[in-house]
Amino acid sequence: MRDFSYLRADSVEAARNAAALPGAMLLAGGTTLIDLAKCGVAEPSTVIDISHIEGLDAIDVAADRAVIGALAKMSHVADHTSVKSCFPAVSEALWQAASAQLRNMATIGGNLMQRTRCPYFRDPQNFPACNKRAPGSGCSAIGGATRSHAVLGVSEACIATYPGDLAVALVAFDAEVDLGGRKLKVEDFFLAPGATAEQEHDIRPGEVITAVEIPGSAAARRSTYIKVRDRQSYEFAAASAAVGLELEGDGRTVRDIRVALGGVATKPWRVRAVEEALKGKPLDEAMIREASELAMEGAVDHGANHYRIALAPRVIARAILKLGETA
Amino acid sequence: MTVHDMKHAASDSARLEAVGGRLSRVDGPAKITGAAKYAFEQQLEGLTHAVLVGATIAAGKVTAIDARAAETAPGVLAVLTPDTIMELRGASDWLGNPPSQPTYAPLVREVTFSGQHVAAVVAETFEQAVAAAALVKVWYDETPAIVDLSDGKAGDGIPIDAMTKEWGDAEAAFAEAPVRICAAYNTPREFQAAMEPHGLIARWEGDELTIWEPSQWLDGMARTYAEWFGLPFENVRLVSPYIGGGFGSKALALAHSAVAAAAARMLDRPVKLVLTRPQNFTSYGGRAATRQTVAIGADRDGKIQSIVHRGVNETAVDGMWVEPLGSVTSIMYATPNFSSKQNVVRVNTVVPGAKRAPGENPSAFGIESAIDELAYELGIDPLEMRLINYAEQDPHAKKAWSTRQLREAFAAGAEAFGWAKRSNAPRSMRDGRQLIGWGVAAGTYPVRRAHGEAVVKLLSDGSVEVESSSIDMGQGTYTILAQTAAETLGVPVERVSVKLGDSHFARAGVTGGSRLAGVMTGAVHKAAGQALDELIGLALSDPRSPFQKLQANTLQVRDGRIASPRGEGPDLSIADFMMAIGRDQIEAKGDTLPASTTPEERYKNYTTIAMSIPHTEGDYSRHSWCAHFVEVRVDEDFGTVRVSRVVSALDSGRLYNPKLAESQWKGGIIMGIGQALLEEGIVDRRHGRIVNGNFADYMLPTNADIPDIQTISVGIPDPHSSALGGKGVGELAIVGIAPAIANAVFHATGKRVRDLPITLEKLI
Ligand SMILES: Cc1cc2nc3c(=O)[nH]c(=O)nc-3n(C[C@H](O)[C@H](O)[C@H](O)COP(=O)(O)OP(=O)(O)OC[C@H]3O[C@@H](n4cnc5c(N)ncnc54)[C@H](O)[C@@H]3O)c2cc1C
Ligand code: SF4
Repeated sequence: MRDFSYLRADSVEAARNAAALPGAMLLAGGTTLIDLAKCGVAEPSTVIDISHIEGLDAIDVAADRAVIGALAKMSHVADHTSVKSCFPAVSEALWQAASAQLRNMATIGGNLMQRTRCPYFRDPQNFPACNKRAPGSGCSAIGGATRSHAVLGVSEACIATYPGDLAVALVAFDAEVDLGGRKLKVEDFFLAPGATAEQEHDIRPGEVITAVEIPGSAAARRSTYIKVRDRQSYEFAAASAAVGLELEGDGRTVRDIRVALGGVATKPWRVRAVEEALKGKPLDEAMIREASELAMEGAVDHGANHYRIALAPRVIARAILKLGETA
Repeated sequence: MTVHDMKHAASDSARLEAVGGRLSRVDGPAKITGAAKYAFEQQLEGLTHAVLVGATIAAGKVTAIDARAAETAPGVLAVLTPDTIMELRGASDWLGNPPSQPTYAPLVREVTFSGQHVAAVVAETFEQAVAAAALVKVWYDETPAIVDLSDGKAGDGIPIDAMTKEWGDAEAAFAEAPVRICAAYNTPREFQAAMEPHGLIARWEGDELTIWEPSQWLDGMARTYAEWFGLPFENVRLVSPYIGGGFGSKALALAHSAVAAAAARMLDRPVKLVLTRPQNFTSYGGRAATRQTVAIGADRDGKIQSIVHRGVNETAVDGMWVEPLGSVTSIMYATPNFSSKQNVVRVNTVVPGAKRAPGENPSAFGIESAIDELAYELGIDPLEMRLINYAEQDPHAKKAWSTRQLREAFAAGAEAFGWAKRSNAPRSMRDGRQLIGWGVAAGTYPVRRAHGEAVVKLLSDGSVEVESSSIDMGQGTYTILAQTAAETLGVPVERVSVKLGDSHFARAGVTGGSRLAGVMTGAVHKAAGQALDELIGLALSDPRSPFQKLQANTLQVRDGRIASPRGEGPDLSIADFMMAIGRDQIEAKGDTLPASTTPEERYKNYTTIAMSIPHTEGDYSRHSWCAHFVEVRVDEDFGTVRVSRVVSALDSGRLYNPKLAESQWKGGIIMGIGQALLEEGIVDRRHGRIVNGNFADYMLPTNADIPDIQTISVGIPDPHSSALGGKGVGELAIVGIAPAIANAVFHATGKRVRDLPITLEKLI
C-alpha cells in the first residue's frame, strides 16, 4: 500500500515547517489532492492538513482592497455580499466553477493550485509520457485528443490548459498572492510551461498561500465573468473571460478596461493588447470585436482545439458588450 | 430484504392501487433513506477484494507478466494471470447458441482492446489490492489497432444479410424521383453511464455459488455462471434486489464477473470485485458508433417514392454486435420502394452492447433528420411532411398496426407546443443574440413480448406476497406488480409486498427491450387470479367456511374482505377467513406459457431470448410511438445549444402507472438530450483508447441542461400487445429526441449537423 504520514498543522508556522519536508503536500479541501492521489498522479509521503488552521478563512472586503484567506471556501466567497458588489467577476467565476458540493469543500488557496485536466496527465498507467508529471518523458497529448488543450502560452513540452476560473478574474484585477514571507502578482505566480512544464507556480518548498489580495477599482466594481462550455454547469471552460470596465463621464468612452482569458491558455491569461486597443475609445460593437481578436496573437492549435481560437475573442467581446449595456 | 413500507406510497390519493393509478414508487423511501441494500453492499464474513489490471495496448500479445512484486505485497492472497486462473468452460450465448470455444478465458493473452483484463489481484483489503495491482508488470508485443470506423484499415466490413430489407426497386425509383436528398448521419460511441458501477460479490459453499450482482437478467446470468463452472443451474443463486441503473448494460455475465467467481473458487473465500469508473468504459460495451446514409426520393408534393438506406456499425475484433440501423427507417413512412442494408466493421474495442433502444435510437437519427431535410428541400412544414407520408400499415411487414396513435401524438404535441406559430425559414426566430429553433421528430419502439412466471401468496394475516426473479432498476417493477396483485385480488395495495431480484424466486426472462412490465403484469395477473379462484373456491366449499351454507356460486373480494356479490350473508376479512378454515397460506404459481410447454422450453424461455415472440407475429405489427417537439436556443457567437422546451406526446398503450411511465419517458428524453448535445467517447487514435472514460470528462446532462419537459399520453389499451393492454415505455422516449434537436438546430441556425453530438465547434 502507498503509505503516507498525516500531520495536522494548527498554525501557518507549523504548516510551513512541515511543507518544507521532501514529498510533503498540503491538504485543504482535498478536492484536487485526493482526486489526483486516486489516479496515481499525486503520491505524497506526508500530507499536511491545513484545514484546521484558525483565522485563514477570513474574507475582508473594503472599497480599496479585498483580502481573502487561503482557507475561505469557494461557496462563501462567491456568496459574500461585498465580493458580489465590489468584485462581481470574482463571485461569478466562483459560482460557475465545479459543483455546489465541491464549492462547499474547496478553498481559495487550493483552487489556485488545482492541476490541469489534461487526460494524459491524469492517467499515468496508460500514458507514461508527460513532461508535467515526469520531466523529460515527452508529451502524450500532442498528436492525441486535444479538444480541451490550450492555444495560448503553449510550448513543445506541454499544451495543458490551466483549468481554473477564479485565477482568471484575479489576474484581470492585478490581485496578489500572499505567501507569508513574500507577495507576488497572481499573474507572475503562474508560470507558462516553456521547457519546464513541471513548474507551474512560483512557489518554494515550505511556502504556504495565506491569502489573496485584490485591489479595488472602478473596473473591478463593473466586472463580469463569462464562461462558455458544452454543458450549462459542472464543466471547465471551453473559453472564459473576466472583464472589468470603467467608462468616462460621457458613459461611452473607455477609461479603464481589464481583460483576462481562461480555458484557452496554459496559465490565467491577461490580454493587455485588447485593453490598450480599447482604452480611450468609445464603445462600439465592431471595434470591440476587432480588438478582442488581438487576444489570440501567437495562438497555436493542435487540431481538435482549433475552435477555441475563434471562440475566445467572442467571449471577450460578449463580456465587454454586456458591461457596456449595463451602463 | 425487499419489503417496502407501502403507507407512504399509498397515501397520495384513494384509488392509486388500481392498475392505472399514480402510485408513487414503493421502493422510493428505502432508496432515499439508504435502507435499500444494493448488491455489493453485502457484508460477508471473510470477504476479500479483487482489482483488475487492464491492457494498456489496444492490439497485440501479452508476452510476459511479472507478478512477483504484487504477490509479496502486504495482504495479497493471489495474483491471477492468464496462466494461473482456473480454466472455465465456454458458455452459450444469450440466444442459446452453444459456445464457439470449449473453454473461456476472462484474462487474455491476445489483447483486442485497450483496457481488456489481463490480470487480477486479490487481497484482504481493497486498498491492498489496488496498491498491488499497480505493481503487476505486463509486457506486450503491440500490433497496429483499428481504432474506429473511420480508420483506413477498417474496410467496408461484413454484410449482415439478416438486416437487409427490400421491396420495390428502390435504387431505380430514387434515380427517377423529381426531388432527392441524400446525406450521411453519424453517431459516436456512447456509454450507458449508470451511476452504480458494475461489479459483484461471489461466494462458494461447496458446489453452490451465490452471486450478488446488479443484474437485468438473473436467470440468464445464472445460466452463464452455471455453464462456466459446469454446475447444475439450480446451484447458482443470483441476488440483485436493487439496480442503480442498467440501461441495457447489466443483462450479461461478463469477463470481470467470471474473474471474481473464479477467484472465489480458487481461494475458497468470498470475493468482491467492483469496476472503477474508467473500467466501466472499457469492460463492457456501450452503444456502437454508427454511420448511415439515407437517400429519399419524393414527388413534388412531398410523397415519398423511395428510401435507400445503408448502415454500418462498429463491432469488436472478437465479438459480434449488430445495431439494427434500418429498424425505424423501414416502418416510419409509407414508401412503395425501399432498400436497407447493413454492414458491421470490426475495430479494436470491447464488444458494443445494448444501450436504451439499441437500433431504433440511431436509426431514428438518420431517417428523422433526412425527412426534415426533404421537407426543407420542398419547402413543406416538417410536421406536414410527416403526415403526408403517414404509414397506415406496417410498410415492411405489410400488416395492420395493432394500435398506432402517432397521428394523435403529432396533433396533441403540436397543439401543446404551439407549432402553428412557427415560421418555417431557418434563422427566422431570435431573442437577442440567441437564435431560436423549433424541431419535430417521431420515434418508435417495437413491443417485445415473452412469457413470464410469478408466485402470489395470500398469507394468514390477509397480506399478499408476490415473488419473481425479475428486477427493478428504477423503472417501477415493485410498484406496478403490487398494483396488479392488489387489483386482481381485491386487497389494499399496502397489504401487498413484492419480492424481486433473487434467482430462486419464480423465474423471469431479461428486463430489456421494454418488455418487463407487459410480461410481468400478465404473469402476476394470472397467478393472482389463480390465488383468488382458490380463495373463493375454498370459501364456497370448505366445510369450515362460513360462506359454505350460502350455496352461492361465487363470492367477491374487495378491500381485503370476502362477501357475496349481493351482500347477503357474512362479510369477512381474508385474515378471519383463513383463520376460520385453518389455512396458513394460499399459494399460486402462474405463468403465461402454453400448458404444453416442456421443462426444457421453460428453461430456454427464461435463460435465453430465443423464445421471444416477434412483434409482427400473427395479424398485427405492434409498436409504441411518439412525437417530440423541441425548442432550442443557440448562441450565435458561441454555438452553444440549450434545449429550452420539450413537449412529447407518446403512445405506450395503456399505462399501468402514469406517474412512473412519465418519469421513464422523461428519463429517456433527458438521455436523448445528452446524446444530442454532449455524449461521445473520445478515442485517442494512436492508442485506440477512450481518454474521457470518467464522469468529469464524459459529458452527461446536468439539471441545468434540462428544461421543463411536458409529456402527453395519447395511448389506448392495445389488446394485441399485452394482457393488460400496455405497450413498451422505457426505451420509446429516447428514440427521436436527437433528430428533433438536430432539426431544431437547423431551424435556428440554417446549419445541418449530421454528426452527433452537436457541440459548439460544429456551429461556430
Ligand atoms: C469534477 C470537478 C470539477 C471542477 N470544476 C471546476 C471548474 O469548473 N472551475 C474551477 O475553477 N475549478 C473546478 N474544479 C477544481 C476545484 O475548484 C478545485 O479542486 C478546488 O478549488 C481545490 O481546492 P481544495 O481546497 O479542495 O484543494 P486541495 O485538493 O486540498 O489542494 C489542491 C492543491 O493545492 C495545494 N494547496 C492547498 N492549499 C494550499 C495553500 N494554502 N498553499 C499552498 N498550496 C496549497 C495542495 O497541496 C494541493 O496540491 C473542479 C474539480 C473537480 C473535482
Ligand atoms: S499536455 Fe502537458 S500535461 Fe498533458 S500530457 Fe502533455 S506534458 Fe503532460
